[in-house]
This record gives sequence, C-alpha cells and structure tokens, in this order.
Amino acid sequence: MAEQAAGQPQGQQINLLKVLGPTHVWALGVGIVLVGEFMGWNYAVGKGGAYGALIACWVIGLLYTCVAMIDSEITSTVAAAGGQYAQAKHTIGPLMAFNVGLYLVLAYTMLEAGDVLVAGQLVQIGAGELGHNVAFEPFTILCLMVLAWLNYRGVFMTLTVNFVITAAAFLTIIILFIGLEPWHPEAIMKHSELLTGLPYGWLGVIAAFHFGIWYYLGIEGTCQAAEEVRSPGRSLPLGTITGMITLAIAAGLTWYVSVGMLPWEYLGWDLTLAPLYDAARVSGSNFLHVALFVGTLFSAIASANGCINDAARAWFSMGRDRYLPLWFGAVHPRYRTPFRSILFLIPIAAVFALKVPLAQVITFSILSGLLNYTFMPINMFKFRRMWPLGSIRRGFQHPFHPFPAILLMSLCIITYFAVYLGYGRQLLAMMAFYIVASLWFHFYRYRFVRRGDQFTMAWPRPQGY
Amino acid sequence: MDFWQIMEWAAWIISAVLFGWMFIDFLKVGREYSEAMLLSSREGIDELELFGEGKKKGH
Repeated sequence: MAEQAAGQPQGQQINLLKVLGPTHVWALGVGIVLVGEFMGWNYAVGKGGAYGALIACWVIGLLYTCVAMIDSEITSTVAAAGGQYAQAKHTIGPLMAFNVGLYLVLAYTMLEAGDVLVAGQLVQIGAGELGHNVAFEPFTILCLMVLAWLNYRGVFMTLTVNFVITAAAFLTIIILFIGLEPWHPEAIMKHSELLTGLPYGWLGVIAAFHFGIWYYLGIEGTCQAAEEVRSPGRSLPLGTITGMITLAIAAGLTWYVSVGMLPWEYLGWDLTLAPLYDAARVSGSNFLHVALFVGTLFSAIASANGCINDAARAWFSMGRDRYLPLWFGAVHPRYRTPFRSILFLIPIAAVFALKVPLAQVITFSILSGLLNYTFMPINMFKFRRMWPLGSIRRGFQHPFHPFPAILLMSLCIITYFAVYLGYGRQLLAMMAFYIVASLWFHFYRYRFVRRGDQFTMAWPRPQGY
Repeated sequence: MDFWQIMEWAAWIISAVLFGWMFIDFLKVGREYSEAMLLSSREGIDELELFGEGKKKGH
C-alpha cells in the first residue's frame, strides 16, 4: 500500500499504476478460477458420469490451453486495460470491441455476484454446523464491500491479498489429496466401487462440456492486468501459463478425490455445497473438514476479488474510449484505480447476488465467457495477418499457429451445442440481449466515439490497409 | 442477542461504513480535482518508459 500511496500523479496526467509482477498475474487468473474446482464442475458428473466429467476436464482443458496461448501472445503485445476489448478494437473494429467489452463486464460481474453469494452461504452453513441459524445476506454484502474497498484502494494490495488466499485454497486441495492417502488404494477412496461407465453415453459426455468450463473459467482474466504490470512481455505469458498449469493440476486432483469419495449420483446433483468440502466431510477427519471449509471460503473470496478487478477495468476502458459515458474513464489521483467503475458496479453485483438465483447468474457468466472465447480465434487470425511475425515486437509468440486457433473455434462450437442441450432458452435470450445492445451501440452510442483515438499502439500500418 | 446476531449486525455496520467511506472519498475527489485531470489517462502510455524507469531496470 505504501508503494501505491507513493504513486502520486506526474504532471497533469494520471494513469493506472504499473506495479504488478508475474505472481500478481497468476493470483488474478487462478484466483478467479479456483472456486470452480471447489464447486460447479461436479454438475458435469450429472450430465456424463464420472468419466464424462474427466473427459470434459481434458477437452475443456485443451480449449483453455489454446485460450491461454493466444491471450499470452496478443495481450503481451496489446498491453492495455480491457484485455480482449482493447485487442478487438485494434484487430476487428468498434462493434466487435463493444460486444467483447460487454461479454467481459457481464461475465465478471455475474461471477462476482455468484462468488459473494456463495461466501455468505458458506458462513451460514458453517454457523449451522455449530448449531446456529444465521442469515447469509449480511455476510454476502460484507464480503462484497470489503473486496470493493480493497480494489478501490489499489491494485497492488488487492492482488497481493489474492495471491495469499489463492495459494492457501490451492494448498487445501493438496492437503485433502494427501490426507486421503492415495498411496493406499481403496483404504479411504473407493474408486473401484464408485466408478461406473458412461451413464448417458457419448451425448452425455458432450453435455458435460458445459460444466467442464468450470474447471478453468476466468483464466483469460489475466489480460485485464495488462496496463498495470511492470513488464507485460514477461509477466503476462508467465503468469497466465503457470496459472493454467496450476489449474490443470488442481482439476485433476479434484476429480480424483471427489469421485473416489462420493457416488456419481450424489456428486452430479450436489446442491448442498461443494464436492471437495463434502469429500472432506465424509472422510471423518475434523482437520480436513475445517481445512476444506476454509479453502472453499477462500476460493470464493479470491474469485470475487479478481472479478471486481477485471469487471471494473473492462468498464473503465470502455468509458475511456467513449463506448460508454466518458465519466467512467476516471482514474483515482491517489490510488490510481478506476474508482468510478468500481463503485458503479458494486450495487449491480449486490442486486444479482441477493435477488437472482445462483444457477441463472452463473449460466449468464458462462455464456458470456464462451462468446469471448469464440472471438479469440478470429482475433488471432486477424492479428497474425495484419501484423505478421517480425513486423512488431511481441512479448510472446505462441507455437503451431493456426492449429490452436482452429482447435479453439472447433471446441467452442461443440461447447455451444453442449450448452444448447441444457440451457437452450438462456442461450437464445442472451444472444437476443447482445443483438439489442449492438443495435443501440451502432445507431446511438457510436456517434460519441472519437474514431481517430481508437488505435493507440505505436505500430506500423497493418498489412492490407 | 446471541453472538451470531451480533455478528450479523456487525457485518451490516462494517459494510455500510466501507461503502460510506468509498462514497465520501468519491465525492471529495470530484470536488478537489478537475475532470480533465481525472480523465487524463491514455491507453498505450507506458509511464515506466516515459520517465526512463523501464530502461534503468533493463526492460
């Protein structure tokens, strides 16, 4: 925080403060995602059985590896707050950028609402286990306000806190795995008894992809830190790719532990809390029970913290470019944060957390994320075609282009089908929402945008222009 | 009033204080600084390069 306060404005211009390193990028990406290992992914088991969830873990893991590689190359080059929004502005155009900005804000705000709701409900459940009845609402709002305050006061402390609680939550998964003695097969975990074939065949496996997204949803959020990292070319690829490796390990351990402790019929419809916590509960160990309660709570808090950070940056960037009222593009003169955007999004998240059912909130978040992933391969093709290798300095070059982009696009199409199987109406409703928003932007808002200010990178003219 | 009821009230009060703090600070900043200054941030400006810090650190 001292470093933050020391960051006084230079002259009359104030920008976001460049104070972050690779550990903060890791904390932002993994912090947003890790809650998905503690809850949510298990609905994939309900769709495709235990093995279906494992296949979803691998296939969707491949999807996100492509996302991480593509993001690392483009973001380390277009180092601007707003992440994929700023990229879309440079490679495709204003309407795409507006839509991508909306995907980001909605995906993160909805996820933030779901996270603080879960944090409040965890306190309620914890008190319930001690024999007391409490309301979850005060703790949900407390969690939101403490995190918003932290974000308001500066990005360095926000993401340092996120690093500590994310690392602690990850550690609890390792502790659970070790505590269940995997070196003694069938002593505590009963894989041979509990694992079955594919209960709904291969269609069930495809349907499981929708919830397989939970294992990794949000790792692309590392891009939002682009304008605040000291060395984007090094920190962003390093933080994002190590984050992806961490998540792949966490996802594998989570699946192995959960399906060895809980029957798939329970795991797939675990509406009470979270499978890792339940696995610890049925282990009979009080230590594991408490450790996983803390881990689950920390993961929800870390995710909400990262989401507040990312949603505010995306909103701020759109305001700065006049895609939204310019007023939102203000930077706090002392803390150097997008303070108006942070403050504006708090009541929206609070209303969604308290008034909208969790499943709806999360589905909206997943669908917005999926639309963002569909944009990425198009973005990558355009980026390499407009500025081929060697024409500009890149922080990172991802290998095997165009295969990751083609694979990502193919996996997105399959995942849309998976979402359509379970949430067709929500998918269509959301598409309608983005079409209406696009019409509003095209016919009304775009007149306020200064077209000459859109292109901000000091690059040569793109090929073909 | 038992411990958990006190905790519930404490949670509401702390939330209100934090939101109030942010809101008052937001109003103060709006009064003390010009809009031109608050909105002066520019995408693509690298302060570390601008003030030579990036070069010093070998970036």
